[in-house]
Amino acid sequence: MNLIESVESEHTKSDLPNFGPGDLVRVNTRIREGSKERIQAYEGTVIRRSNGGLSETFTVRRVAYGEGSERTFPAHSPNIESIQIIRYGSIRRAKLYYLRDRTGKGIRIRERRQDNA
Amino acid sequence: MSNGILGKKVGMTQIFDESGTAIPVTVVEAGPCPIVQIKTQDHEGYDAVQLGFGYRRENKVNRPESGHYQKANVAPHRFLREMRVDSTEGLEVGSNVDVSIFSPGDLIDVTGTSKGRGFTGVIKRWGFSGMKQTHGSEKNHRRPGSIGHSAWPSRVFKGKKMPGRYGGKRVTTQNLQVVQADADRNLLLVKGAVPGPTNGLLIIKKATKGEQ
Repeated sequence: MNLIESVESEHTKSDLPNFGPGDLVRVNTRIREGSKERIQAYEGTVIRRSNGGLSETFTVRRVAYGEGSERTFPAHSPNIESIQIIRYGSIRRAKLYYLRDRTGKGIRIRERRQDNA
Repeated sequence: MSNGILGKKVGMTQIFDESGTAIPVTVVEAGPCPIVQIKTQDHEGYDAVQLGFGYRRENKVNRPESGHYQKANVAPHRFLREMRVDSTEGLEVGSNVDVSIFSPGDLIDVTGTSKGRGFTGVIKRWGFSGMKQTHGSEKNHRRPGSIGHSAWPSRVFKGKKMPGRYGGKRVTTQNLQVVQADADRNLLLVKGAVPGPTNGLLIIKKATKGEQ
């Protein structure tokens, strides 16, 4: 698989921030409208990271105006300008699908303390 | 210039193009293939080059074959395959063919031996729909059903799609696109899937059909 890794390494981002499920993130995506390019942000909780290497994706869930929405991004896509981590979450499983069945107070996630030491 | 090369399937992955679209690609390790023999119109009746590919131990080569390689002054290779060429002018025995004969955007035909699936039923082999899983179906879920009529023709037509060996045959996928040709690493990135298993031998030629 070494040759495949060497092909993928040309396209992988080395500056991908260290985030995971439960974290509140803001994903800035490049959007091309005609010849103009602008940045659109999508803010929400990461509910999963799947696959590995260049094909890795992550899904962000947000509840806006009482309506839940989810968006899946390819982690290494050049259309993702940056990923900002707003808040780290403390969770007990890797895929937070249970959030889909909950509303209101049920979707709160405890904050994870960042140890500086 | 040879219009083809031999290669080995490495596997599949995806890469992003300039617009950020993910393209599925097959990574092929192709060449460098030495020209072991040149066949000419005068001598053999057609123009072709014989290319070698893959490592082979010196002591695994029998004497007639060893002589064939020595004549070309080329180390023994695992595979020898012929490629038809328009003219043999400028081609030299012992010189290498590498992936630089292709450039991104070129259309190619890729030939390989498809994955052997053994003895399979009609659903996998021919895409039959099968039968009902419920509603009283008994022992009749993946069977072909009727294979013909009765009094006439009183026989089953030749070529009737039936269960049997599936795969392990020579398959050519036409008009695949070259995404990248890396002569330094001898890698060819082909858009989409190519026939055969990982590490299978592939014959890669310029497309015979399609726009050039």
